[in-house]
Amino acid sequence: MKHLLSSEDLNRDEIITILDTAARMKDLAGAKKLPTLRGFTIVNLFFEDSTRTRISFEAASKRLSADVINFSAKGSSVSKGESLKDTALTLQAMGADAIVIRHPASGSAYRLANAGWISGSVINAGDGTHQHPTQSLLDAFTIRNHFGLVGNDLSGRHIAIVGDILHSRVARSNIFLLSTLGAKVSVVAPPTLLPIGIENWPCEVSYDLDSVLPQVDAVMMLRIQTERMSDSFFPSELEYSKRYGLDAKRFAQLPGHAIVMHPGPMNRGLEISATVADCERSVIVEQVANGVLIRMAVLFHILAGESL
Amino acid sequence: MSDTKGARLVLDASDITRALTRISYEIIERSKGASDIVLLGIPTRGAYLAQRLAQSLEKIQNQTIVVGTLDITLFRDDLRRQPIRPLMRTDIPDGSIENALVILVDDVFFSGRTIRAALDALNEFGRPRAVQLAVLIDRGHRELPIRADYVGKNLPTSLDEKVIVHLSEVDDEDSVYIGSVS
Repeated sequence: MKHLLSSEDLNRDEIITILDTAARMKDLAGAKKLPTLRGFTIVNLFFEDSTRTRISFEAASKRLSADVINFSAKGSSVSKGESLKDTALTLQAMGADAIVIRHPASGSAYRLANAGWISGSVINAGDGTHQHPTQSLLDAFTIRNHFGLVGNDLSGRHIAIVGDILHSRVARSNIFLLSTLGAKVSVVAPPTLLPIGIENWPCEVSYDLDSVLPQVDAVMMLRIQTERMSDSFFPSELEYSKRYGLDAKRFAQLPGHAIVMHPGPMNRGLEISATVADCERSVIVEQVANGVLIRMAVLFHILAGESL
Repeated sequence: MSDTKGARLVLDASDITRALTRISYEIIERSKGASDIVLLGIPTRGAYLAQRLAQSLEKIQNQTIVVGTLDITLFRDDLRRQPIRPLMRTDIPDGSIENALVILVDDVFFSGRTIRAALDALNEFGRPRAVQLAVLIDRGHRELPIRADYVGKNLPTSLDEKVIVHLSEVDDEDSVYIGSVS
């Protein structure tokens, strides 16, 4: 695997290999440090704000003994107008083995990987409203662990993704990855927050959260992304919250074994109530911990192995 | 079995059992009946050998023996020289080897690079009181100054030969073959 750009590029066996590798990484939690990627340079190239993803990639790189360079657009020459190309050429000159990129433009990771600017690997850490493959891998890993399916896929499981599907790279990544793993995916959103062409995606569509909840094994709540809300997609936050928010009353409709997920950061009280976010069956903190393991596995598969 | 076509049988099931029994007695003799032994098998087949050694030690000494597995893939020095290997299970009993007498167990002892990696790995998990090495087959050709403490069988080989170990846990039988690299 040279790059990781989209969850659509991964087949079932590749996904399972990455998830299994992440599980083995967990076995090694007792080790102080792993020497595997010593001498490799990994650049975290972040043109957008991020807490979890950036810290998680940094922690994963450091656990594997790679050298990490953190780059954020704020305070760099990007704010002086430097282009992605010139930034990439600079990183190439510095000898980056892998570039982890987050960028507000969809397709930026693909461009960086295929434009011939750099020779290293590219890992997409979120490009606009397009893809965030490591998030979907860690979500699948969390679901698999939770239901004791280690080593297997997710066939027979039903996962609901609720909220702003239109702007969500987390939703896109998960719809393709979870369905590749054999799970049934339902998306639930108001019609204004569904992308055009959703009927061609491997998922079912519903506008009614209450009818979907009793059937699912996991429900994934998405953040209402105020920074991407340039239009009026719903009348008011209160109305959205009433129809699509997961509060204690709705939570009670879930089957007893079902888990609650959220990629973070949460708007408590909007898409998810504080009681639900902090309850026993919420795996939101587990998702963050699993993120480091998944990113270790991805870095291992991309950087270790025969050099060409 | 297909991978043993044209190969010569050097140990059969009862030879392997006898070798492991002898190693168990040697461990007891050298460790003076210590109770802090941790057997760590190196997957795949070293892990099964460690299990068998533990059972044999338990039978002789009538005390429980702590046994785990240690996958050394992430500690190898040749990761860039070959395709990705899948990681195997690592299980450090009680999460600690601090002050224990760790006995590493592997099937075939060859260049010594696996054991070097294992020693590096142990270093990340803690500071054992001592580390010893038990192997079923020592085929020579060391590339590092490492030796085994317990050897099932010394098997002189040439570099264009390969040693094939079968254990009933993963293969159909217990056997050791020597064949030529095809």
